[in-house]
Amino acid sequence: MAHLNTQPNLPSPDEFYADLLAAHEGLSDDESAALNNRLILLLANHIGRHDVLCDALGAAK
Amino acid sequence: MFQDRYPLAFKLYPYEKSKDQDAPKAVRHPVVIVGGGPVGLATALDLGRQGIPALVLDDHEGIGMGSRAICFAKRTLDIANRYGCGAPMLEKGVVWNVGKVFQDDRQVFEFNLLPESGHRNPAFINLQQPYFEKFIFEKIRAEQDTGTPIEIRGKNRVDAVDVRQDHVVLTVATPDGPYDVEADWVIACDGASSPVRGMLDLGFEGRVFQDSFLIADIKMKSTDFPTERWFWFEPYFKSGASTLLHKQPDDVWRVDFQIGWDVDRAEEMKEENIRKRLDAMLGDDVDYEIVWSSIYTFQCRRMNKFRHGRVVFAGDAAHQVSPFGARGANSGIQDVDNLGWKLGLVIAGTAPENLLDTYDDERVFGADENILNSTRSTDFITPKSKASKGFRDAVLMLAEKYEFARPLVNSGRLSVPCTYDASRLNGPDHLPNGPDRTRVGSPCPDAPVAGGFLLDHLGTDFVLLAINTEAPEQIDIDGIKVRTVSVRTSDNPTGALAERYLGSEAQAVYLIRPDQHVTARGRVYTEDALRAALLKACGKD
Repeated sequence: MAHLNTQPNLPSPDEFYADLLAAHEGLSDDESAALNNRLILLLANHIGRHDVLCDALGAAK
Repeated sequence: MFQDRYPLAFKLYPYEKSKDQDAPKAVRHPVVIVGGGPVGLATALDLGRQGIPALVLDDHEGIGMGSRAICFAKRTLDIANRYGCGAPMLEKGVVWNVGKVFQDDRQVFEFNLLPESGHRNPAFINLQQPYFEKFIFEKIRAEQDTGTPIEIRGKNRVDAVDVRQDHVVLTVATPDGPYDVEADWVIACDGASSPVRGMLDLGFEGRVFQDSFLIADIKMKSTDFPTERWFWFEPYFKSGASTLLHKQPDDVWRVDFQIGWDVDRAEEMKEENIRKRLDAMLGDDVDYEIVWSSIYTFQCRRMNKFRHGRVVFAGDAAHQVSPFGARGANSGIQDVDNLGWKLGLVIAGTAPENLLDTYDDERVFGADENILNSTRSTDFITPKSKASKGFRDAVLMLAEKYEFARPLVNSGRLSVPCTYDASRLNGPDHLPNGPDRTRVGSPCPDAPVAGGFLLDHLGTDFVLLAINTEAPEQIDIDGIKVRTVSVRTSDNPTGALAERYLGSEAQAVYLIRPDQHVTARGRVYTEDALRAALLKACGKD
């Protein structure tokens, strides 16, 4: 994991977590999955580094 | 015993009894090409133009019916130009640049290929395969009239192949019975189901895609449909899981419906059922005639090796891809381009036989690139799991709103020639500030030069391209001819030549292979450097 930051990096972890849950509130499983898919793509593009993304794919497995 | 496997669009070479059939002993030919499709005909043309007698054996008497391959890339047109048959293709073909991608009833986005200026040929033309083949054939006929040693024998079906140490014996069926013919070299261009490959018991492994596609080529009576590539994912008209609409010459449009794996082919091929799908898509008031239809499934696979001693495989016989990206016929023509000069040198005795192993290296590399790209397109177009469909739909939804997602939309990555970066034929790259796109291994990009285009001057022989510098006019090294082409960037006010070949260098010399790939480059000509690079490029070091 030379590239992926796996140290705490979120300024307000509880707030982010609450926002994430709020975004999914009231959604069906399929809608939630679709939201997650879009979120992953948006974040991946923002990161924009293949090595970091590969590390993240590995870390998430 | 001679059952045609398909109807003909053009009957061009009716069966005639050859004198080989009455010869007391099998007649030996330098090269026998099995298959008279685009790859076989182009191979004959390439070799014949080098003065090498080429005999084509085809089990039919002309070109098969059906548009089949319709998208021909710039590189293919460049190669056709080198063979002298590019102009009629360009004249007949439909040039297109704009593509639109839809999901359901929404346009997701529109793209424009925006071809770079300063090239003789456009990025793509659409042209029915029978025309493509016919233009090659017509060039062969014109060459034959001037003594070029090409012979095409119709209704000559290869039924047995016996590979010997330094030649191959073929048993050929004809309406007058079988005969044997011998070949120093056999080039198998007999298609994806290659009988020659089967007779040699060679494998053809890869991935099967469980989906089928219904093609309907329709002639519109009157239409406002544009010259654009339209691709629908999950179209609102429900005629297929995806649908492609693309214009061809003669007011014909290609419509390609993805119809799923478990289909009753006979039922789907009934005109009334094809019309149901078309009417749902076009509306009831569009008048059209169905000129050709077909159902296809596909695999992405290749042979382990394309050269097996004296038998060399090219085109679909060697590798097969999904149609997304137009990488079938286009890559087959690149095979021919790669093989032709190498076989020419080997037959002339000016290069060792193992030069042909680099055909294997380079074109296996090309096939893998094509298979990778077309497999990825297929995975996007026909997602195989809930997760992959989920991501596909997310990409399409985001692409409508956000530019970043558009490069992820994959309805086919269109064929581009490969750069042989790792080829063992490559010499040094001594042009440190030269452009990346013309690095060693690259196919030469076109550029305007005084009185025409650069590519018209490259290829067929080895060429020493001298830009803003001097080199001897003609050089012979070890029996191999090198022709010098001198150009000056001051003759090219657009700056394209300098941009594509010099970068920030003031001058350059390029050694360019007969297939127009760069094999070495540097700042100045020296005899020693040229000699070393040329011998390497011919497998002689």
